[in-house]
Amino acid sequence: MQPVIKVRGLAKRFGAGCDRCASSTGPEAETNQCPHCGAVLACNDVSFDLFPNEALGIVGESGSGKSTLVRLLHFEWDACAGTVELARTPQLAHLPEFFTEGEAYSRNLLGLSQFQKRQVRNALMGIVYQNPYLGLRMQVSAGGNVAERLLGAGWRNIAAIRSRAAELLARTEIPVARMDEPPRNFSGGMQQRVQIAKALSNKPLILFLDEVTTGLDLSVQARVLDLIRSLREEFQLSLLVVSHDLGVINLLCHRTMVMKYGRVVEAGLTDQILQDPQHRYTQLLVASQL
Amino acid sequence: MISVDKLTKEFTLHILDGKRIDACREISFEVPAGGFLGLSGPSGAGKSTVLKCIYRTYLPSSGAIRYDSAQLGRVDLATLSDREVLDIRNKEMGYVSQFLKVIPRVSALDVVMEPILTRNGTTRAAARDRAAHLLERLRIPSRLFDAYPATFSGGEQQRINIARAVSWRPRLLLLDEPTASLDKGSVQVVLDILQELRQEGTTMIGIFHDTELMESVADQVFRVS
Repeated sequence: MQPVIKVRGLAKRFGAGCDRCASSTGPEAETNQCPHCGAVLACNDVSFDLFPNEALGIVGESGSGKSTLVRLLHFEWDACAGTVELARTPQLAHLPEFFTEGEAYSRNLLGLSQFQKRQVRNALMGIVYQNPYLGLRMQVSAGGNVAERLLGAGWRNIAAIRSRAAELLARTEIPVARMDEPPRNFSGGMQQRVQIAKALSNKPLILFLDEVTTGLDLSVQARVLDLIRSLREEFQLSLLVVSHDLGVINLLCHRTMVMKYGRVVEAGLTDQILQDPQHRYTQLLVASQL
Repeated sequence: MISVDKLTKEFTLHILDGKRIDACREISFEVPAGGFLGLSGPSGAGKSTVLKCIYRTYLPSSGAIRYDSAQLGRVDLATLSDREVLDIRNKEMGYVSQFLKVIPRVSALDVVMEPILTRNGTTRAAARDRAAHLLERLRIPSRLFDAYPATFSGGEQQRINIARAVSWRPRLLLLDEPTASLDKGSVQVVLDILQELRQEGTTMIGIFHDTELMESVADQVFRVS
Protein backbone atom coordinates (compact mmCIF):
# COMPACT_ATOMS: atom_id res chain seq x y z
CA MET A 1 0.00 0.00 0.00
CA GLN A 2 1.30 3.47 -0.90
CA PRO A 3 1.07 6.48 1.44
CA VAL A 4 -1.53 9.16 0.63
CA ILE A 5 0.87 11.83 1.73
CA LYS A 6 4.63 11.85 2.30
CA VAL A 7 6.14 14.47 4.59
CA ARG A 8 9.90 14.93 4.90
CA GLY A 9 12.00 17.30 6.98
CA LEU A 10 9.21 19.74 7.72
CA ALA A 11 10.26 22.80 9.73
CA LYS A 12 8.78 26.08 10.97
CA ARG A 13 10.91 28.81 12.49
CA PHE A 14 9.70 32.07 13.98
CA GLY A 15 12.49 34.64 13.80
CA ALA A 16 15.48 35.20 11.54
CA GLY A 17 17.42 32.16 12.73
CA CYS A 18 21.12 31.36 12.74
CA ASP A 19 23.45 28.42 11.97
CA ARG A 20 23.16 27.05 15.47
CA CYS A 21 19.32 27.02 15.80
CA ALA A 22 18.85 23.35 14.95
CA SER A 23 21.69 22.07 17.12
CA SER A 24 20.82 24.20 20.16
CA THR A 25 17.12 23.34 20.37
CA GLY A 26 15.05 20.17 20.80
CA PRO A 27 14.44 17.63 23.56
CA GLU A 28 18.10 17.36 24.63
CA ALA A 29 18.46 21.12 24.90
CA GLU A 30 15.03 21.22 26.59
CA THR A 31 13.91 24.26 24.66
CA ASN A 32 12.56 25.18 21.26
CA GLN A 33 14.09 28.66 21.42
CA CYS A 34 17.60 29.18 20.08
CA PRO A 35 19.75 30.63 22.91
CA HIS A 36 22.03 32.33 20.33
CA CYS A 37 19.58 34.27 18.17
CA GLY A 38 16.27 33.94 20.00
CA ALA A 39 14.40 32.35 17.09
CA VAL A 40 11.78 29.70 17.96
CA LEU A 41 11.80 26.37 16.13
CA ALA A 42 8.15 25.42 16.56
CA CYS A 43 8.66 22.33 14.48
CA ASN A 44 11.86 20.86 13.02
CA ASP A 45 12.79 17.88 10.84
CA VAL A 46 9.38 16.19 11.03
CA SER A 47 8.99 13.26 8.62
CA PHE A 48 6.20 10.69 8.27
CA ASP A 49 3.93 8.87 5.85
CA LEU A 50 0.15 8.76 6.17
CA PHE A 51 -1.56 5.73 4.59
CA PRO A 52 -5.10 5.33 3.19
CA ASN A 53 -7.77 4.84 5.86
CA GLU A 54 -5.19 5.09 8.61
CA ALA A 55 -5.35 7.18 11.77
CA LEU A 56 -1.99 8.61 12.84
CA GLY A 57 -1.84 10.17 16.28
CA ILE A 58 0.39 13.05 17.35
CA VAL A 59 0.80 13.47 21.10
CA GLY A 60 2.78 15.97 23.08
CA GLU A 61 2.29 18.73 25.63
CA SER A 62 1.28 22.24 24.63
CA GLY A 63 4.13 23.94 22.82
CA SER A 64 5.52 20.68 21.45
CA GLY A 65 4.72 21.72 17.88
CA LYS A 66 1.82 19.38 17.13
CA SER A 67 -0.67 22.08 16.15
CA THR A 68 2.05 23.89 14.18
CA LEU A 69 2.51 20.72 12.17
CA VAL A 70 -1.21 20.65 11.28
CA ARG A 71 -1.17 24.34 10.30
CA LEU A 72 1.78 23.71 7.98
CA LEU A 73 0.12 20.73 6.33
CA HIS A 74 -3.18 22.59 5.99
CA PHE A 75 -1.23 25.49 4.36
CA GLU A 76 -2.31 28.02 7.00
CA TRP A 77 1.31 28.78 7.76
CA ASP A 78 4.28 28.63 5.40
CA ALA A 79 6.91 26.05 6.28
CA CYS A 80 10.55 27.15 6.09
CA ALA A 81 11.90 23.77 5.01
CA GLY A 82 10.72 20.34 3.97
CA THR A 83 8.64 18.57 1.36
CA VAL A 84 5.02 17.47 1.25
CA GLU A 85 4.02 15.15 -1.60
CA LEU A 86 0.59 13.74 -2.40
CA ALA A 87 -0.14 10.46 -4.12
CA ARG A 88 -1.70 10.77 -7.57
CA THR A 89 -5.42 10.43 -6.81
CA PRO A 90 -8.59 10.77 -8.92
CA GLN A 91 -9.56 13.86 -6.89
CA LEU A 92 -6.52 15.70 -8.26
CA ALA A 93 -7.00 14.51 -11.85
CA HIS A 94 -8.32 17.96 -12.83
CA LEU A 95 -5.13 19.60 -11.55
CA PRO A 96 -2.49 17.93 -13.76
CA GLU A 97 0.02 20.74 -13.23
CA PHE A 98 0.83 19.35 -9.76
CA PHE A 99 2.28 16.18 -11.22
CA THR A 100 5.25 15.47 -13.40
CA GLU A 101 4.42 13.05 -16.21
CA GLY A 102 4.82 9.46 -15.05
CA GLU A 103 5.46 10.25 -11.38
CA ALA A 104 3.32 8.58 -8.69
CA TYR A 105 3.68 11.56 -6.32
CA SER A 106 3.08 15.27 -6.79
CA ARG A 107 5.85 17.82 -6.73
CA ASN A 108 6.55 19.53 -3.42
CA LEU A 109 3.26 21.17 -2.43
CA LEU A 110 5.08 23.68 -0.24
CA GLY A 111 6.31 25.35 -3.42
CA LEU A 112 2.83 25.99 -4.84
CA SER A 113 1.19 29.41 -5.06
CA GLN A 114 -1.43 30.37 -2.47
CA PHE A 115 -4.14 29.84 -5.06
CA GLN A 116 -2.91 26.33 -5.86
CA LYS A 117 -2.61 25.44 -2.19
CA ARG A 118 -6.24 26.45 -1.78
CA GLN A 119 -7.18 24.18 -4.67
CA VAL A 120 -5.44 21.21 -3.03
CA ARG A 121 -7.06 22.00 0.32
CA ASN A 122 -10.53 22.26 -1.19
CA ALA A 123 -10.09 19.04 -3.13
CA LEU A 124 -8.49 16.82 -0.49
CA MET A 125 -8.42 18.19 3.02
CA GLY A 126 -10.73 18.81 5.93
CA ILE A 127 -9.97 20.18 9.38
CA VAL A 128 -11.68 20.29 12.76
CA TYR A 129 -10.25 22.69 15.34
CA GLN A 130 -10.39 22.55 19.11
CA ASN A 131 -11.94 26.00 19.05
CA PRO A 132 -15.11 26.00 16.91
CA TYR A 133 -14.71 29.77 16.42
CA LEU A 134 -11.74 29.00 14.16
CA GLY A 135 -13.63 26.53 11.99
CA LEU A 136 -17.09 28.08 11.81
CA ARG A 137 -18.70 31.42 11.09
CA MET A 138 -20.79 31.75 14.20
CA GLN A 139 -23.29 34.29 12.75
CA VAL A 140 -23.98 32.26 9.61
CA SER A 141 -26.44 29.33 9.75
CA ALA A 142 -25.10 25.80 10.27
CA GLY A 143 -26.28 24.91 6.77
CA GLY A 144 -24.63 28.05 5.42
CA ASN A 145 -21.32 27.01 6.97
CA VAL A 146 -21.40 23.71 5.12
CA ALA A 147 -22.63 25.42 1.92
CA GLU A 148 -19.69 27.82 1.98
CA ARG A 149 -17.31 24.89 1.88
CA LEU A 150 -19.23 23.26 -0.97
CA LEU A 151 -19.12 26.52 -2.97
CA GLY A 152 -15.36 26.56 -2.44
CA ALA A 153 -15.18 23.04 -3.84
CA GLY A 154 -17.02 24.13 -6.99
CA TRP A 155 -20.66 23.31 -6.25
CA ARG A 156 -23.08 25.77 -7.90
CA ASN A 157 -26.62 24.31 -7.72
CA ILE A 158 -28.38 25.79 -4.68
CA ALA A 159 -30.89 22.95 -4.23
CA ALA A 160 -28.12 20.33 -4.43
CA ILE A 161 -25.99 22.29 -1.93
CA ARG A 162 -28.87 22.55 0.49
CA SER A 163 -29.71 18.88 0.32
CA ARG A 164 -26.06 17.84 0.69
CA ALA A 165 -25.73 20.15 3.74
CA ALA A 166 -28.86 18.66 5.30
CA GLU A 167 -27.55 15.16 4.67
CA LEU A 168 -24.17 15.91 6.29
CA LEU A 169 -25.71 17.63 9.29
CA ALA A 170 -28.08 14.69 9.79
CA ARG A 171 -25.11 12.33 9.58
CA THR A 172 -23.34 14.29 12.32
CA GLU A 173 -26.47 14.23 14.46
CA ILE A 174 -27.50 17.87 14.08
CA PRO A 175 -31.33 18.06 13.84
CA VAL A 176 -32.12 19.20 10.30
CA ALA A 177 -34.81 21.46 11.75
CA ARG A 178 -31.99 23.56 13.23
CA MET A 179 -29.82 23.84 10.13
CA ASP A 180 -30.91 27.45 9.57
CA GLU A 181 -29.80 28.49 13.05
CA PRO A 182 -26.31 29.94 13.56
CA PRO A 183 -23.85 27.71 15.49
CA ARG A 184 -23.47 30.34 18.22
CA ASN A 185 -26.87 29.06 19.50
CA PHE A 186 -25.47 25.51 19.77
CA SER A 187 -23.76 23.64 22.60
CA GLY A 188 -20.00 22.90 22.40
CA GLY A 189 -20.55 19.31 21.29
CA MET A 190 -22.98 20.39 18.57
CA GLN A 191 -20.57 23.04 17.32
CA GLN A 192 -17.88 20.35 16.99
CA ARG A 193 -20.31 18.20 15.01
CA VAL A 194 -21.13 21.12 12.66
CA GLN A 195 -17.37 21.53 12.15
CA ILE A 196 -17.12 17.83 11.31
CA ALA A 197 -20.01 18.11 8.81
CA LYS A 198 -18.30 21.10 7.21
CA ALA A 199 -14.93 19.33 7.09
CA LEU A 200 -16.45 16.29 5.41
CA SER A 201 -18.49 18.18 2.82
CA ASN A 202 -15.84 18.05 0.07
CA LYS A 203 -15.28 14.30 0.67
CA PRO A 204 -11.69 14.84 1.82
CA LEU A 205 -8.98 12.18 1.69
CA ILE A 206 -7.25 13.61 4.73
CA LEU A 207 -8.95 14.92 7.84
CA PHE A 208 -6.98 16.89 10.43
CA LEU A 209 -8.37 16.72 13.97
CA ASP A 210 -6.75 19.25 16.30
CA GLU A 211 -7.71 18.50 19.93
CA VAL A 212 -11.34 18.06 18.87
CA THR A 213 -12.63 16.72 22.17
CA THR A 214 -10.61 18.91 24.53
CA GLY A 215 -12.91 20.91 26.77
CA LEU A 216 -16.04 18.84 26.12
CA ASP A 217 -17.96 16.91 28.79
CA LEU A 218 -17.05 13.23 28.99
CA SER A 219 -20.35 11.99 27.57
CA VAL A 220 -20.23 14.54 24.75
CA GLN A 221 -16.60 13.61 24.10
CA ALA A 222 -17.64 9.97 23.74
CA ARG A 223 -20.30 10.81 21.15
CA VAL A 224 -17.91 12.91 19.08
CA LEU A 225 -15.28 10.14 19.16
CA ASP A 226 -17.85 7.48 18.21
CA LEU A 227 -18.95 9.66 15.31
CA ILE A 228 -15.36 10.11 14.10
CA ARG A 229 -14.72 6.38 14.29
CA SER A 230 -17.76 5.49 12.21
CA LEU A 231 -17.08 8.28 9.68
CA ARG A 232 -13.51 7.08 9.19
CA GLU A 233 -14.80 3.73 7.98
CA GLU A 234 -17.66 5.17 5.96
CA PHE A 235 -15.61 7.84 4.14
CA GLN A 236 -12.34 5.83 4.10
CA LEU A 237 -10.57 8.81 5.64
CA SER A 238 -6.94 9.17 6.59
CA LEU A 239 -6.84 10.96 9.93
CA LEU A 240 -4.11 13.02 11.53
CA VAL A 241 -5.21 13.18 15.15
CA VAL A 242 -3.54 15.77 17.36
CA SER A 243 -4.22 15.32 21.06
CA HIS A 244 -2.60 15.52 24.44
CA ASP A 245 -5.09 12.87 25.65
CA LEU A 246 -3.64 9.35 25.41
CA GLY A 247 -7.15 7.88 25.77
CA VAL A 248 -8.29 9.61 22.57
CA ILE A 249 -5.14 8.47 20.75
CA ASN A 250 -5.58 4.90 22.01
CA LEU A 251 -9.18 4.82 20.80
CA LEU A 252 -8.65 6.30 17.35
CA CYS A 253 -5.09 5.75 16.16
CA HIS A 254 -3.17 2.82 14.69
CA ARG A 255 0.20 4.54 14.86
CA THR A 256 1.41 7.41 17.02
CA MET A 257 4.19 10.00 16.96
CA VAL A 258 5.32 11.71 20.15
CA MET A 259 6.53 15.33 19.90
CA LYS A 260 8.57 17.40 22.30
CA TYR A 261 10.17 20.82 21.76
CA GLY A 262 9.29 20.75 18.08
CA ARG A 263 10.80 17.33 17.29
CA VAL A 264 9.41 13.83 16.92
CA VAL A 265 11.05 11.93 19.79
CA GLU A 266 9.40 8.60 19.18
CA ALA A 267 7.04 6.91 16.69
CA GLY A 268 5.50 3.47 16.76
CA LEU A 269 2.38 1.33 16.94
CA THR A 270 -0.03 2.94 19.40
CA ASP A 271 -0.12 -0.06 21.76
CA GLN A 272 3.68 -0.18 21.73
CA ILE A 273 3.97 3.54 22.52
CA LEU A 274 1.56 3.09 25.45
CA GLN A 275 2.94 -0.20 26.85
CA ASP A 276 6.63 0.00 25.96
CA PRO A 277 7.49 3.69 25.58
CA GLN A 278 11.16 4.19 24.74
CA HIS A 279 11.85 7.88 25.19
CA ARG A 280 12.18 9.49 28.59
CA TYR A 281 9.42 11.96 27.83
CA THR A 282 6.97 9.31 26.56
CA GLN A 283 7.54 7.24 29.69
CA LEU A 284 6.74 10.27 31.81
CA LEU A 285 3.63 10.98 29.70
CA VAL A 286 2.34 7.39 30.03
CA ALA A 287 3.14 7.28 33.75
CA SER A 288 1.23 10.55 34.25
CA GLN A 289 -2.00 9.12 32.87
CA LEU A 290 -4.90 9.16 35.30
CA MET B 1 6.36 -20.89 10.42
CA ILE B 2 7.90 -18.88 13.23
CA SER B 3 11.35 -19.06 14.74
CA VAL B 4 12.45 -17.00 17.72
CA ASP B 5 16.20 -16.56 17.93
CA LYS B 6 17.96 -15.28 21.07
CA LEU B 7 15.11 -12.91 21.86
CA THR B 8 16.02 -10.52 24.67
CA LYS B 9 13.87 -7.78 26.14
CA GLU B 10 14.97 -5.33 28.76
CA PHE B 11 13.19 -2.21 29.89
CA THR B 12 15.07 1.00 30.59
CA LEU B 13 13.07 3.09 33.02
CA HIS B 14 14.15 6.69 32.55
CA ILE B 15 11.89 7.93 35.31
CA LEU B 16 13.81 5.68 37.73
CA ASP B 17 17.18 7.10 36.67
CA GLY B 18 17.67 4.66 33.83
CA LYS B 19 17.06 1.52 35.90
CA ARG B 20 17.16 -1.61 33.72
CA ILE B 21 14.80 -4.53 34.10
CA ASP B 22 15.41 -7.85 32.36
CA ALA B 23 12.12 -9.25 31.12
CA CYS B 24 13.45 -12.19 29.10
CA ARG B 25 16.90 -13.20 27.93
CA GLU B 26 18.11 -15.19 24.90
CA ILE B 27 14.89 -17.08 24.24
CA SER B 28 15.04 -19.40 21.21
CA PHE B 29 12.37 -21.75 19.88
CA GLU B 30 10.71 -22.76 16.67
CA VAL B 31 7.09 -23.58 15.82
CA PRO B 32 6.25 -25.43 12.60
CA ALA B 33 3.18 -24.47 10.55
CA GLY B 34 0.07 -25.83 12.27
CA GLY B 35 1.97 -26.50 15.50
CA PHE B 36 0.94 -25.51 19.03
CA LEU B 37 3.73 -24.42 21.36
CA GLY B 38 3.01 -23.97 25.04
CA LEU B 39 5.12 -21.56 27.11
CA SER B 40 5.60 -22.60 30.72
CA GLY B 41 7.56 -21.18 33.62
CA PRO B 42 6.99 -19.40 36.91
CA SER B 43 5.14 -16.12 37.15
CA GLY B 44 7.47 -13.26 36.16
CA ALA B 45 9.68 -15.49 34.00
CA GLY B 46 8.80 -13.49 30.89
CA LYS B 47 6.21 -15.67 29.13
CA SER B 48 3.87 -12.77 28.34
CA THR B 49 6.87 -10.66 27.34
CA VAL B 50 7.73 -13.20 24.64
CA LEU B 51 4.17 -13.06 23.24
CA LYS B 52 4.10 -9.26 23.37
CA CYS B 53 7.42 -9.09 21.52
CA ILE B 54 6.04 -11.35 18.78
CA TYR B 55 2.93 -9.13 18.51
CA ARG B 56 5.25 -6.06 18.71
CA THR B 57 3.41 -4.48 21.61
CA TYR B 58 6.92 -4.62 23.05
CA LEU B 59 9.96 -3.67 20.99
CA PRO B 60 12.52 -6.47 21.32
CA SER B 61 15.93 -5.27 22.60
CA SER B 62 17.87 -7.86 20.59
CA GLY B 63 17.41 -11.14 18.77
CA ALA B 64 15.19 -12.04 15.83
CA ILE B 65 11.60 -13.25 15.36
CA ARG B 66 11.47 -14.79 11.89
CA TYR B 67 7.98 -15.34 10.59
CA ASP B 68 6.83 -16.74 7.25
CA SER B 69 4.17 -14.21 6.30
CA ALA B 70 1.53 -15.10 3.72
CA GLN B 71 1.69 -11.56 2.27
CA LEU B 72 5.31 -10.53 2.80
CA GLY B 73 7.32 -13.76 2.80
CA ARG B 74 9.93 -14.31 5.51
CA VAL B 75 10.17 -11.26 7.80
CA ASP B 76 11.77 -10.39 11.12
CA LEU B 77 8.98 -9.14 13.38
CA ALA B 78 11.59 -7.60 15.69
CA THR B 79 12.64 -5.03 13.09
CA LEU B 80 9.78 -4.94 10.55
CA SER B 81 8.29 -1.49 9.86
CA ASP B 82 5.25 -0.47 11.92
CA ARG B 83 3.11 -0.36 8.82
CA GLU B 84 4.01 -3.93 7.82
CA VAL B 85 3.41 -5.18 11.36
CA LEU B 86 -0.07 -3.64 11.10
CA ASP B 87 -0.64 -5.46 7.80
CA ILE B 88 0.32 -8.75 9.44
CA ARG B 89 -1.87 -8.04 12.48
CA ASN B 90 -4.79 -7.19 10.21
CA LYS B 91 -4.54 -10.21 7.98
CA GLU B 92 -2.65 -12.97 9.78
CA MET B 93 -1.87 -12.62 13.47
CA GLY B 94 -4.30 -12.62 16.39
CA TYR B 95 -3.67 -12.06 20.09
CA VAL B 96 -5.85 -12.96 23.07
CA SER B 97 -4.90 -11.43 26.38
CA GLN B 98 -6.22 -12.17 29.82
CA PHE B 99 -8.21 -8.99 29.76
CA LEU B 100 -10.76 -7.70 27.31
CA LYS B 101 -9.60 -4.49 25.71
CA VAL B 102 -12.33 -3.30 23.41
CA ILE B 103 -13.61 -0.04 22.16
CA PRO B 104 -16.19 1.34 24.58
CA ARG B 105 -19.83 1.59 23.55
CA VAL B 106 -19.70 -1.23 21.01
CA SER B 107 -22.09 -4.15 21.53
CA ALA B 108 -20.86 -7.70 22.22
CA LEU B 109 -22.06 -8.93 18.83
CA ASP B 110 -20.37 -6.03 17.01
CA VAL B 111 -17.12 -6.65 18.88
CA VAL B 112 -17.03 -10.19 17.50
CA MET B 113 -18.39 -9.27 14.05
CA GLU B 114 -15.97 -6.44 13.40
CA PRO B 115 -12.85 -8.50 12.62
CA ILE B 116 -14.86 -10.90 10.44
CA LEU B 117 -16.18 -7.99 8.40
CA THR B 118 -12.92 -6.11 8.03
CA ARG B 119 -10.56 -9.08 7.72
CA ASN B 120 -12.52 -11.80 5.94
CA GLY B 121 -14.55 -9.44 3.75
CA THR B 122 -17.79 -11.38 4.23
CA THR B 123 -21.29 -9.94 4.02
CA ARG B 124 -22.81 -8.42 7.13
CA ALA B 125 -25.32 -11.24 7.41
CA ALA B 126 -22.65 -13.94 7.20
CA ALA B 127 -20.47 -12.15 9.77
CA ARG B 128 -23.44 -11.79 12.05
CA ASP B 129 -24.27 -15.49 11.77
CA ARG B 130 -20.74 -16.61 12.49
CA ALA B 131 -20.38 -14.22 15.44
CA ALA B 132 -23.74 -15.22 16.96
CA HIS B 133 -22.91 -18.89 16.54
CA LEU B 134 -19.56 -18.46 18.30
CA LEU B 135 -21.09 -16.49 21.16
CA GLU B 136 -23.79 -19.13 21.65
CA ARG B 137 -21.18 -21.87 21.74
CA LEU B 138 -19.29 -19.87 24.34
CA ARG B 139 -22.51 -19.67 26.39
CA ILE B 140 -23.11 -15.95 26.07
CA PRO B 141 -26.91 -15.61 26.30
CA SER B 142 -28.41 -13.92 23.24
CA ARG B 143 -30.06 -11.26 25.42
CA LEU B 144 -26.54 -9.91 26.03
CA PHE B 145 -25.64 -9.60 22.34
CA ASP B 146 -26.70 -5.95 22.19
CA ALA B 147 -25.16 -5.01 25.55
CA TYR B 148 -21.73 -3.44 26.06
CA PRO B 149 -19.09 -5.96 27.24
CA ALA B 150 -17.64 -3.39 29.65
CA THR B 151 -20.56 -4.22 31.97
CA PHE B 152 -20.09 -8.02 31.75
CA SER B 153 -18.60 -10.36 34.37
CA GLY B 154 -14.92 -11.30 34.14
CA GLY B 155 -15.65 -14.74 32.68
CA GLU B 156 -18.09 -13.36 30.11
CA GLN B 157 -15.60 -10.70 29.04
CA GLN B 158 -12.95 -13.33 28.57
CA ARG B 159 -15.24 -15.43 26.39
CA ILE B 160 -16.07 -12.35 24.25
CA ASN B 161 -12.35 -11.79 23.97
CA ILE B 162 -11.75 -15.33 22.73
CA ALA B 163 -14.69 -15.14 20.32
CA ARG B 164 -13.27 -11.93 18.83
CA ALA B 165 -9.78 -13.42 18.45
CA VAL B 166 -10.83 -16.68 16.79
CA SER B 167 -13.79 -15.36 14.77
CA TRP B 168 -11.69 -14.30 11.77
CA ARG B 169 -9.53 -17.45 11.75
CA PRO B 170 -6.06 -15.94 12.00
CA ARG B 171 -3.06 -17.79 10.62
CA LEU B 172 -1.04 -17.33 13.80
CA LEU B 173 -2.73 -17.01 17.18
CA LEU B 174 -1.03 -15.87 20.39
CA LEU B 175 -2.86 -16.87 23.57
CA ASP B 176 -2.01 -15.33 26.95
CA GLU B 177 -3.92 -17.30 29.60
CA PRO B 178 -7.16 -17.39 27.61
CA THR B 179 -8.87 -19.70 30.11
CA ALA B 180 -7.65 -18.07 33.36
CA SER B 181 -11.06 -17.09 34.76
CA LEU B 182 -13.35 -19.63 33.12
CA ASP B 183 -15.30 -22.49 34.69
CA LYS B 184 -14.58 -26.08 33.63
CA GLY B 185 -17.40 -26.32 31.10
CA SER B 186 -16.34 -23.10 29.33
CA VAL B 187 -12.71 -24.20 29.31
CA GLN B 188 -13.69 -27.33 27.40
CA VAL B 189 -15.63 -25.27 24.83
CA VAL B 190 -12.59 -23.02 24.33
CA LEU B 191 -10.31 -26.03 23.88
CA ASP B 192 -12.71 -27.50 21.31
CA ILE B 193 -12.76 -24.24 19.37
CA LEU B 194 -8.94 -24.01 19.44
CA GLN B 195 -8.73 -27.62 18.27
CA GLU B 196 -11.01 -26.87 15.30
CA LEU B 197 -8.96 -23.82 14.42
CA ARG B 198 -5.81 -25.91 14.41
CA GLN B 199 -7.41 -28.40 12.08
CA GLU B 200 -8.01 -25.49 9.72
CA GLY B 201 -4.27 -24.76 9.87
CA THR B 202 -3.82 -22.02 12.51
CA THR B 203 -0.43 -22.07 14.26
CA MET B 204 -0.57 -21.23 17.98
CA ILE B 205 1.67 -20.15 20.82
CA GLY B 206 -0.02 -20.16 24.21
CA ILE B 207 0.41 -19.61 27.93
CA PHE B 208 -1.88 -21.55 30.28
CA HIS B 209 -1.52 -21.41 34.05
CA ASP B 210 -2.84 -24.97 34.28
CA THR B 211 0.09 -27.24 33.26
CA GLU B 212 -2.09 -30.29 32.79
CA LEU B 213 -4.33 -28.36 30.45
CA MET B 214 -1.34 -27.02 28.54
CA GLU B 215 0.08 -30.48 28.03
CA SER B 216 -3.26 -31.66 26.68
CA VAL B 217 -3.45 -28.95 23.97
CA ALA B 218 0.16 -28.17 23.06
CA ASP B 219 2.33 -30.50 21.03
CA GLN B 220 5.52 -29.07 22.47
CA VAL B 221 6.25 -27.07 25.61
CA PHE B 222 9.03 -24.51 25.99
CA ARG B 223 10.13 -23.58 29.48
CA VAL B 224 10.88 -19.88 29.96
CA SER B 225 13.22 -19.18 32.86
